[in-house]
Amino acid sequence: MILSLIEHEDGTPSDVSLQMLTLARDIAEQTDSSLAAIVFDDGDAVTDAVATQGVEDVYSVTHDRLDVYAPEAWAESVDQLVEELDPEAVLAAGTDRGHEVLAHVVARRDLPMAANCTEVDAGDAYEVTRQRWGGSLIEHARFDSGMPVLTTAAHEIAAEPATEAADVTTHDFTPTLDDDDFRVRVSRREESDAEGIPLGEARIVVGGGRGVGSSEDFDQLEELAELLGGTVGSSRAAVNEGWRPHDDQIGLTGAKIAPKLYVACGISGAVQHMVGCKGADNILAINTDPETSIIQKGEYAVIGDLHEVVPALNEAIRNGQ
Amino acid sequence: MEVLACIKRVPDTGSRIVLTEDKQDIDTSNLGFTMSPHEECAVEAAIELTQSHGGTATALTLGPDEATEQVRTALAMQADEAVLLETDGSEWGAIDTAQAIAEHVRNRDEELDLLLFGNESADAGNYQVGVRVAHELDLPCVTGIKSLTVEDGTAIAKREVSGGSEVYEVELPAVISVKEGLNEPRYPSIRSKMAAQRHDVERSEPERTAAVGLEKIRLETPEQSEGSAEILGEGPEAVDNVMEVLSNDLEVL
Ligand SMILES: Cc1cc2nc3c(=O)[nH]c(=O)nc-3n(C[C@H](O)[C@H](O)[C@H](O)COP(=O)(O)OP(=O)(O)OC[C@H]3O[C@@H](n4cnc5c(N)ncnc54)[C@H](O)[C@@H]3O)c2cc1C
Repeated sequence: MILSLIEHEDGTPSDVSLQMLTLARDIAEQTDSSLAAIVFDDGDAVTDAVATQGVEDVYSVTHDRLDVYAPEAWAESVDQLVEELDPEAVLAAGTDRGHEVLAHVVARRDLPMAANCTEVDAGDAYEVTRQRWGGSLIEHARFDSGMPVLTTAAHEIAAEPATEAADVTTHDFTPTLDDDDFRVRVSRREESDAEGIPLGEARIVVGGGRGVGSSEDFDQLEELAELLGGTVGSSRAAVNEGWRPHDDQIGLTGAKIAPKLYVACGISGAVQHMVGCKGADNILAINTDPETSIIQKGEYAVIGDLHEVVPALNEAIRNGQ
Repeated sequence: MEVLACIKRVPDTGSRIVLTEDKQDIDTSNLGFTMSPHEECAVEAAIELTQSHGGTATALTLGPDEATEQVRTALAMQADEAVLLETDGSEWGAIDTAQAIAEHVRNRDEELDLLLFGNESADAGNYQVGVRVAHELDLPCVTGIKSLTVEDGTAIAKREVSGGSEVYEVELPAVISVKEGLNEPRYPSIRSKMAAQRHDVERSEPERTAAVGLEKIRLETPEQSEGSAEILGEGPEAVDNVMEVLSNDLEVL
């Protein structure tokens, strides 16, 4: 049995959980084993969605103290299920929770964990392909021994439904938890008051880098973003200069974007930046240097000073409207 | 309060990663090194917390002798003490790294209130050293933190989730792994850089446990899409072509 941790919101599994299940099913097929899922809150609610991925058994974890997320209590529950079911391998999506919960599980069991995997070859030993440097480097690695525990890289694997939907059996599972498992738990939620379209969801992103030169000069980019119905983002260099807040940063240690169009102004296209925008369908670079890396990687480019090109473009769009 | 910030030395790759011939490592012959960015924020947090609550901010790194450069950067930022757990420079995994750090913490004279880590190192991206250290030391642990304050022996830590943040209140001592954006790491002044060069760095050579693990077979750079962008023109004259692309090819206007 391949056991996977599903994250969901009100019964709808997250996209990354479905992508993870696609890889989990691939492993189950390679090893001729079945696919099972662990769901916190409400196992029944996700049944249909996971059935399309070929999940046969859903372990629905319920406990009266599990009303809010508590990493160690989740890990303890997964650990108890692992003890009971003795799975071949355990998977979660590479999210904050997925990484955190499985890291607790492997720490308890003294096992290795491979984060952000994109492929698994479950031969004699499990060989995995995983992302390093946020995906600008790939590692091939082998689990030496013990039960393989891994997370899958977000948005790297397409969630493909199984050829046949499975008949799902839901099993209620009530873990034995004590106070220690609740040392860390969510005490409350704070809603964000940020305005505008979040970077991760924007259809158009206008990014600015060191070439923009100052925080005032970002006004031109703001205007372009507004005219295109998009959002402004930036490189780490612009954040380090203090021109933009960190929330605007795109890249390895910033936001991952997936817009239809990314207009990259005065950005060189360092690997750590490209990690954040590789989900963009199209990149239009505006840059003075025709040799700069983003021009090799993007779809369209204008060679020139963004301080001349962007205002001219803004004017053309305004006149065209 | 006593705060330990654990940091990692990583290659400052700029725009291209070149691998060594045996595909086991990044070719660093033409590269500088830096502190992983999440961890730079951990150092800044350690300094801010001890400056407002009193106590000592210590920066620790596990790595080769050259990694003293990174703990000296932390000293130049105003950390009070620095520790190097010296290795032969080969890559340590998450398990042996965590065991060495936990062992150091157990052997310290001063008890720690807070252990800070980067959520994941920039290069290996293992997402687990902080959690493993917490487990070894039986301390509570929160990961992925972007806001941190301490009040009356409790850490108030926030993690971003869609539409807002989750707030955790954790009693100290605790382990917290942080993400970039937590704060703005300060730039050291020339004077503090010079002082950092003269500061003592406590050294020890940790025993490497024969940890079962994940064995690296080889590294690979992902394939770059061949070819390059279509050049739409130079300067403002290119705008007509850009408009054409925006309206007809991409249909975003
Ligand atoms: C561990 C690690 C993590 C990192 N994480 C991130 C991350 O998440 N996101 C990120 O962005 N970076 C990240 N970086 C930094 C990254 O390596 C680069 O330093 C950064 O992306 C460079 O930003 P930039 O392109 O704005 O600046 P530069 O590389 O300085 O490029 C500026 C560009 O602007 C062009 N230019 C200059 N003037 C003009 C003008 N007037 N008009 C048009 N073009 C002009 C230049 O030709 C050049 O191409 C990270 C680095 C490390 C080591």
